[in-house]
Amino acid sequence: MAVRRLAEIQPADFAFTAENLTWANAQIAKYPAGRQASAVIPLLWRAQKQAGGWLPRKAIEHVAEILSMANIRVLEVATFYTMFNLAPVGRHHVQVCGTTPCMLRGAGEIIDHCHERIGEQFHVTADGNFSWVEVECLGACVNAPMAQINDDFYEDLTRENFTQLLDNLAAGKPVKVGPQIDRQFSAPVGGETTLTDGQASSANRQS
Amino acid sequence: MTKVIIDGNEIDVPPEYTLLQACEAAGAEIPRFCFHERLSIAGNCRMCLIEVKGGPPKPVASCAQNVRDLRPGPNGEPPVMFTRTPMVKKAREGVMEFLLINHPLDCPICDQGGECDLQDQAMAYGVDKSRFQENKRAVEDKYLGALVKTSMNRCIQCTRCVRFATEVAGVPELGATGRGEDMEITTYLEQAMTSELQGNVVDLCPVGALTSKPYAFAARPWELGKTESVDVMDAVGSSIRIDTRGREVMRILPRLNEDVNEEWISDKTRHVVDGLRTQRLDQPYIRENGRLRPASWHEAFAAIAAKVKASSATRIGAIAGELSAAEDMYALKDLLAQLGSKNLDFRQDGQALDPAWGRASYLFNATIAGIEKADALLIVGADPRREAAVLNARIRKRWRAGNFPIGLIGERADLNYAHQYLGAGPDTLADLADGKHEFAELLKKAERPMLLLGAGSTARRDGAAIASLAAKAALSLGVVKDGWNGFSMLHNAASAVGALDLGFVPGQGGLKAAEMAIYGTLDVLFLLGADEIDVASGAFVVYIGTHGDRGAHRADVILPGAAYPEKSGIYVNTEGRVQMAGRASFPPGDAREDWAIIRALSDALGRRLPYDSLPQLRQAMFKAHPHLLRIDQITPGDAADVSRLASLGGQPDKAPFRAALEDFYLTNPIARASAVMADCSVLAEGHAALTAAE
Repeated sequence: MAVRRLAEIQPADFAFTAENLTWANAQIAKYPAGRQASAVIPLLWRAQKQAGGWLPRKAIEHVAEILSMANIRVLEVATFYTMFNLAPVGRHHVQVCGTTPCMLRGAGEIIDHCHERIGEQFHVTADGNFSWVEVECLGACVNAPMAQINDDFYEDLTRENFTQLLDNLAAGKPVKVGPQIDRQFSAPVGGETTLTDGQASSANRQS
Repeated sequence: MTKVIIDGNEIDVPPEYTLLQACEAAGAEIPRFCFHERLSIAGNCRMCLIEVKGGPPKPVASCAQNVRDLRPGPNGEPPVMFTRTPMVKKAREGVMEFLLINHPLDCPICDQGGECDLQDQAMAYGVDKSRFQENKRAVEDKYLGALVKTSMNRCIQCTRCVRFATEVAGVPELGATGRGEDMEITTYLEQAMTSELQGNVVDLCPVGALTSKPYAFAARPWELGKTESVDVMDAVGSSIRIDTRGREVMRILPRLNEDVNEEWISDKTRHVVDGLRTQRLDQPYIRENGRLRPASWHEAFAAIAAKVKASSATRIGAIAGELSAAEDMYALKDLLAQLGSKNLDFRQDGQALDPAWGRASYLFNATIAGIEKADALLIVGADPRREAAVLNARIRKRWRAGNFPIGLIGERADLNYAHQYLGAGPDTLADLADGKHEFAELLKKAERPMLLLGAGSTARRDGAAIASLAAKAALSLGVVKDGWNGFSMLHNAASAVGALDLGFVPGQGGLKAAEMAIYGTLDVLFLLGADEIDVASGAFVVYIGTHGDRGAHRADVILPGAAYPEKSGIYVNTEGRVQMAGRASFPPGDAREDWAIIRALSDALGRRLPYDSLPQLRQAMFKAHPHLLRIDQITPGDAADVSRLASLGGQPDKAPFRAALEDFYLTNPIARASAVMADCSVLAEGHAALTAAE
């Protein structure tokens, strides 16, 4: 955590696309009249998506205007939550989990690799493909270590498969979301270890 | 009422009290930083921890819990609280240690030193050494405008300033960005604050994070003489404390007065201080060959006497200014009566109000505290936010309480509460009076509706007709009824109600201010601090005043007077509340108190006034106007005056109402001499240009 400020270089304008505006109005409609400010986080989130993964100043002001809030009130929210990026990020923004379970399972290597391949945290590579940041627990400890890249979780990372993953992303090739090793979701590695005869589960199903 | 036991004493308190208030009522002192009676409760400083029996097994933040939420004992005994147990002391010491972790040890160079809540409370709960080995937090200082200096390392994030700006001042500009250790108080992108009450955040700040920019490093609180007085920058008459060092006024602070200003004052009231030092007239001047030259009092009086002797009584006149005290005006009126002239007026702006209409026709009858009782408001031709910033805060307070429809007729104003814009001119008011507008229904339905009439709306050729129309509207809309008179005149000048009470208006056949100012009507014109009127050439102008402003530029003889902190004087505020300003300092150089100048001048003119001291003058004045004797009280006007005013009739123009103030920060000679006010004016102009562009 450090002091978070708006980026120095800012786009001149921001306005929701027609589609996003419809979506925003639907969010606002969820709250009673006069309580439209409750929709500030969803709207900021959408604005961040539209702006390419970060919140320009004009987006903050645009959201404030839509919600009839003071600019400072929206800025308070945007600076409070670290998932709102205030400066541009790469096309693939890598959030590596560094909390205890991931750390114990080798998150250090993933972080080292990010350092080597991308650079400092929040630094955007020259090709604009990557930026990375170490984050606190994202709740996929079972499949540690893991990283979230844009909207998806990539789990069971090793230096090798993580390198491969970034290569594929950079090349625009399709990648597998979720565990990067051979397992389904968070099922045991190498297949089931209990109830392996199939009877119990089928008995369960029948009853 | 609920019974509670605090430190072993049983006490009855209202159930809506917070535990903190209950403890205070029981006589226990609770330290606090974030809690403030007039702001919403934040509960984030944790300094007010107490122990509640049967509550959670931990200290409770007493500011954030109501008495009604306490649980009784197992057998229905009253809830028990402790404020002096070891547990409470330890808890508070812990909080204090955390607050001091990141607080710099710069008290010797901090302007808050000596009047700092943190300093005081650290004496009680502080630990003498730090266990903190790490680096202290460093925070960038923020720019908040011309009046508030920041030193954000000292901030303890109580958020009083944020809550004040949002709730009381009505400008949601301050906020707390970031979080945790990185939380910072700032305006959006460090724009200057736009409130005319922003100076109050300095008083609210419990530490030295927000201090007064103009007063920076000027003085220490313990070396200042403190004089209780009354503000004259507007007609509200806020209670102030004038702090002086030697004979220099160092700063002005608000004084608690629930009936008038609560504990706020406007920026003009607070920061006009440097205007008291610059542009001062400190000796008499006489104009010779078109140039003013310094002169002695004798020479000046002789020059005036020669002119007065050479002219007839009907060609002598006097105009009183916006800052004149009642005594000064009374003495001047006396002098003119002695000279046989009926040409006297204070209405430089062409105001139509007349004392003959009765006192209720020109008072803020609802009273300022009464705004909180009102349940509907119609504003006519006024911008309360600029004409009476503190009174406007009261309107906003009432509006925040809910169910308070506000209508506005006149120039569109940037008011900090929701209001319905009804129209621009007298036509709309006439429609309302006839009940032809939907807002009229709201007012009629209200139990205690108010009609706030700006002094600017009657300061025009058809002013009398407009006043009458407003009175008619007041009657037809139920603003005046048994036990409630909501017909409220909002004046701009501190002297206005005093002058009306004293009858400082033309006598039978006398000339009005505007007539006196035109060429050829007068031979000798006395200006008692009257700077808002352009006097045509021709007349011999005697200016009794404090600053080298418009009046002094036109003057043929200047007699240097005393500014409001330099004399004791009676001022009547817009409600009709008689208040006495205290003398905090002395006039500079050869300058004298205004009443004494007039008294000495009367001697020189061979018409000696029958009083030799201020008490004697007051005695004479009280005899003629007994209600002025009731200091700090209001002698209410007779509601029948409003009906009489309504029956006056007249045909108002169609012209829309215009704003009474061109520039909030530069309304009088003292403010115009102040560099700080000039800075504020420039900032406000820039802000206005910005918002206009959007």
